[in-house]
Amino acid sequence: MDVIIVGCGRVGYILADHLSKEDHNITLVDTDETKLQPALANLDVQAVIGNGTTSSCLEEAGIKNTGLLIAVTDMDEINMISCIMAKKANPKCQTIARIRKPEYLPERNYFKQAFGMSMIINPELAASNEINQLINVPAALELDSFARGRLDLLRIVITETSVLAGMRVMDVSKKFDRKVLICIVVHNGEIIIPNGMSMLSAGDSISVIIPKAMIPTFYNTVCDTASLKVIKNVMICGGGVTAHYLAETLCDNGVNVKIIEDDRERCEQLSAELPKADIINADATNHDVLLENGLENMDAFVALTTVDSENCFLSLYASKAAPRCKLITRVHRLEQDEIITTLPIGSIITPRRITAEAILQFVRAMQNSKGSNVEALYELMDNKVEALEFSIRENSKVLNTPLQTLKLKKNLLVCAIVRGRRIITPSGKDTLQLGDTVIVVTTNLGLKDIKDILAD
Amino acid sequence: MNLKGIFKILNYVVGIEGVFLLLPALVGVIFRQYHAALVYFAVAAVCIVVAALFIFIQRHDPTKRGFYGKEGFVATALSWFILSLIGAVPMYLTGDIPNYVDALFESTSGYTTTGASVIPDLSVISLPTIFFRSFTHWIGGMGVLVFILAILPMSGGSPLSIMKAESPGPSVSKMVPKLQRTAMISYGLYIALTVLEFVLLLFDPDMPVFENICHTMGTAGTGGFSVTNSGPAGYSPYVKVVTTVFMMLFGANFSFYFLLITKKFRDAFGLEEIRWYVGIFLGAVLMIFLNLHFSGFDARENLLGIFYSCASLMTTTGYTIVDFGKWPVFTHVVLMTLMFVGGCAGSTGGGFKVSRIMLMLKQVGKEVRQQIHPNQVYSIRVDKKPVSADVLKSCNIVFISYVMILIASCLLVSLDDFDFTTTFSGVLATYDNIGVGFGKVCVGGCFNIFSWHSKLVMVLDMIAGRLEILPVLLLFHPATWKK
Repeated sequence: MDVIIVGCGRVGYILADHLSKEDHNITLVDTDETKLQPALANLDVQAVIGNGTTSSCLEEAGIKNTGLLIAVTDMDEINMISCIMAKKANPKCQTIARIRKPEYLPERNYFKQAFGMSMIINPELAASNEINQLINVPAALELDSFARGRLDLLRIVITETSVLAGMRVMDVSKKFDRKVLICIVVHNGEIIIPNGMSMLSAGDSISVIIPKAMIPTFYNTVCDTASLKVIKNVMICGGGVTAHYLAETLCDNGVNVKIIEDDRERCEQLSAELPKADIINADATNHDVLLENGLENMDAFVALTTVDSENCFLSLYASKAAPRCKLITRVHRLEQDEIITTLPIGSIITPRRITAEAILQFVRAMQNSKGSNVEALYELMDNKVEALEFSIRENSKVLNTPLQTLKLKKNLLVCAIVRGRRIITPSGKDTLQLGDTVIVVTTNLGLKDIKDILAD
Repeated sequence: MNLKGIFKILNYVVGIEGVFLLLPALVGVIFRQYHAALVYFAVAAVCIVVAALFIFIQRHDPTKRGFYGKEGFVATALSWFILSLIGAVPMYLTGDIPNYVDALFESTSGYTTTGASVIPDLSVISLPTIFFRSFTHWIGGMGVLVFILAILPMSGGSPLSIMKAESPGPSVSKMVPKLQRTAMISYGLYIALTVLEFVLLLFDPDMPVFENICHTMGTAGTGGFSVTNSGPAGYSPYVKVVTTVFMMLFGANFSFYFLLITKKFRDAFGLEEIRWYVGIFLGAVLMIFLNLHFSGFDARENLLGIFYSCASLMTTTGYTIVDFGKWPVFTHVVLMTLMFVGGCAGSTGGGFKVSRIMLMLKQVGKEVRQQIHPNQVYSIRVDKKPVSADVLKSCNIVFISYVMILIASCLLVSLDDFDFTTTFSGVLATYDNIGVGFGKVCVGGCFNIFSWHSKLVMVLDMIAGRLEILPVLLLFHPATWKK
């Protein structure tokens, strides 16, 4: 498919990289030639220098044959106009806009109807939702939802005292009535898609697919009592848009929120919009400020300042000052993933990755709207693993055959089948059927259809 | 430096050359020249076996890990040397060219689409060699690595650097987003035009099909090796007209054709480079016509010869049908200027390229204006778009290195003690990939007069000229090879 990406910032670059590797023809549009140059040098894409809101520029980028336009410039309005122009030039073209200003939030549905946008992505809102999920399930390092929230993929670290240390994967499943399944094990930095015989040891981080209702039981068995308590007090450093969205949700859920922000005007704005939250006008990088505001008694600490390194240092400090506190750190830059993940700074939130993930999921689903749709897609472990949800709407040779007789790709695990209201943790005898929703975890990136689970 | 990655590409080049060598072997079988066929087949087999062996051993794809601009340039430059070195082997082994340095000169001249020959008498040469010489023109015209890019996807790094190194012109733009598809489109257009010329030449009943094929491939790559001793002069006027038209077509920027087939006619005919190209050509024709007319030649009689010679020298093909050596000196200077200008960027022609001349003249114009109005801000534009400073800089750098290498080569070749015209035009003819000069290397002349060391200098010049200097300079710079 031909795809135009307007705006060659970080998200534009990531999307171009991913999509061109998935064999789409990418044309990047940006007014700044210096931004396009690295993409041209390193990626297999074409570039057009110009303003993506003008019809002549879109024409040059080949809008006539384009299936999808993704507008991810810095300016919401440019993204919107770009999508509108694209739709006018080629009504068959689907459009995705990144729109992040809070004041446009209530307008989202109107935009979709009036301008025919297929998807509107708000990175701050998406990030805030992800943080909120993590706060709800405090022991999880990462949490991704499947099957409309009925199933979760939960990542936890096995502590020294955990019962899981020294167990085999199949024993864990047995222990929980075969309702949970361990699908990724990271052992000493090595990513393993386990089989039943794989051993777990302390220090491993594991990802478990688990029905939402099972999470408390699972925790009670697996985790220390300390990490089980419900989060009541949250401290947020930095009062940006994400903090605003997050505080709004948390306050609605009856959580006490404290926001530390050093810009006076912004504080006043926040206090007007969030009457239930405590807004502190102070510099969060000052440790005394944190202690004074009760860091030690907090259940969760979220570092959302604009500077990555500041966030990392804040969380590092918090991990010393309040060891039992749940830490969440926002990191914008993706490049140092391998280094940052080794730091004890809790869960890492990368808004750009979330944005890119959501758009990739849309593109893969779009490609295959008749067959078996990709309903959800998550990139895990530094983009080395993908977890996908397919809904099967079409007959194919993978159906109605016991899984043990299918020749599946290596390093691929069918981790759950949702059939009507039942959730099945598949064994070798189970089959996939028409109408099922299937969740697959694999290191073979780029699956587009349920048929792709078969080895070539 | 990702030496393994470079090795992988070179290995592919060896394999592909093996496949190419099978064609002359086939020609040998068809015309029952079994000895030559056997030699070509043996060399082909060795190449293919060696390449297959290494492909089998090297199962990991080394280009995944760090294959950047530097590696791309080095791989391209080395590939061209290897192509020429291997291509010379069968010419030498068949006994057609009894000296390896001469064979190397002939093979390099073929691949770089120069067309300068060291063979004084073509009638004693085996047909497989005749065919192979012309076939190297055809392959060299569009480029071997572009061919590899078209059929083999590169998994990592920046294959664009390879295309940049091999495609002529100041800047490379892809016609479509995917590089592989761009390479396919380029070769598709190239093959289509070649077939078209072949079909048109079929209408001449006096031209043997074998000669037609060789002549067509020579035109397509803007090469210029003759098939017979009489050369293109022996063909009918119809063939000469068709050849003139196709030389010009192959010397034009291929994005022109891409715009035509995508029905962007206005953009296609608006391309500044195409306009300059046609303008310079017609201007030269007019000047020579008038000069001949006023110096007592029958200019009208010579009209086809004038068109043919201008097209041949400007596109750096080097076919000749009239002895322009007998024309007045003014025409020589006009023709020499055309040799220097060369074809368009993104074509199969050599030379300095019309687009670079255009950019340099515009820079001169800008500088003059700036002297008159020192504060005026004035940006250089091509096709209504501003040209970035990088492109201008690299254009100027290519010009400087071009002139310096030209002078150095002339110095080295002048040791052979020929007259100035022969020395200078001989170097220019090889450096700009034309294959025909003035003096002793004019029409009917032969490059075997030069000594072996001059020939080696010219071999370097031909490759440097074909790859537009920088990749070759990079190859010889110590910093490239530092760890």
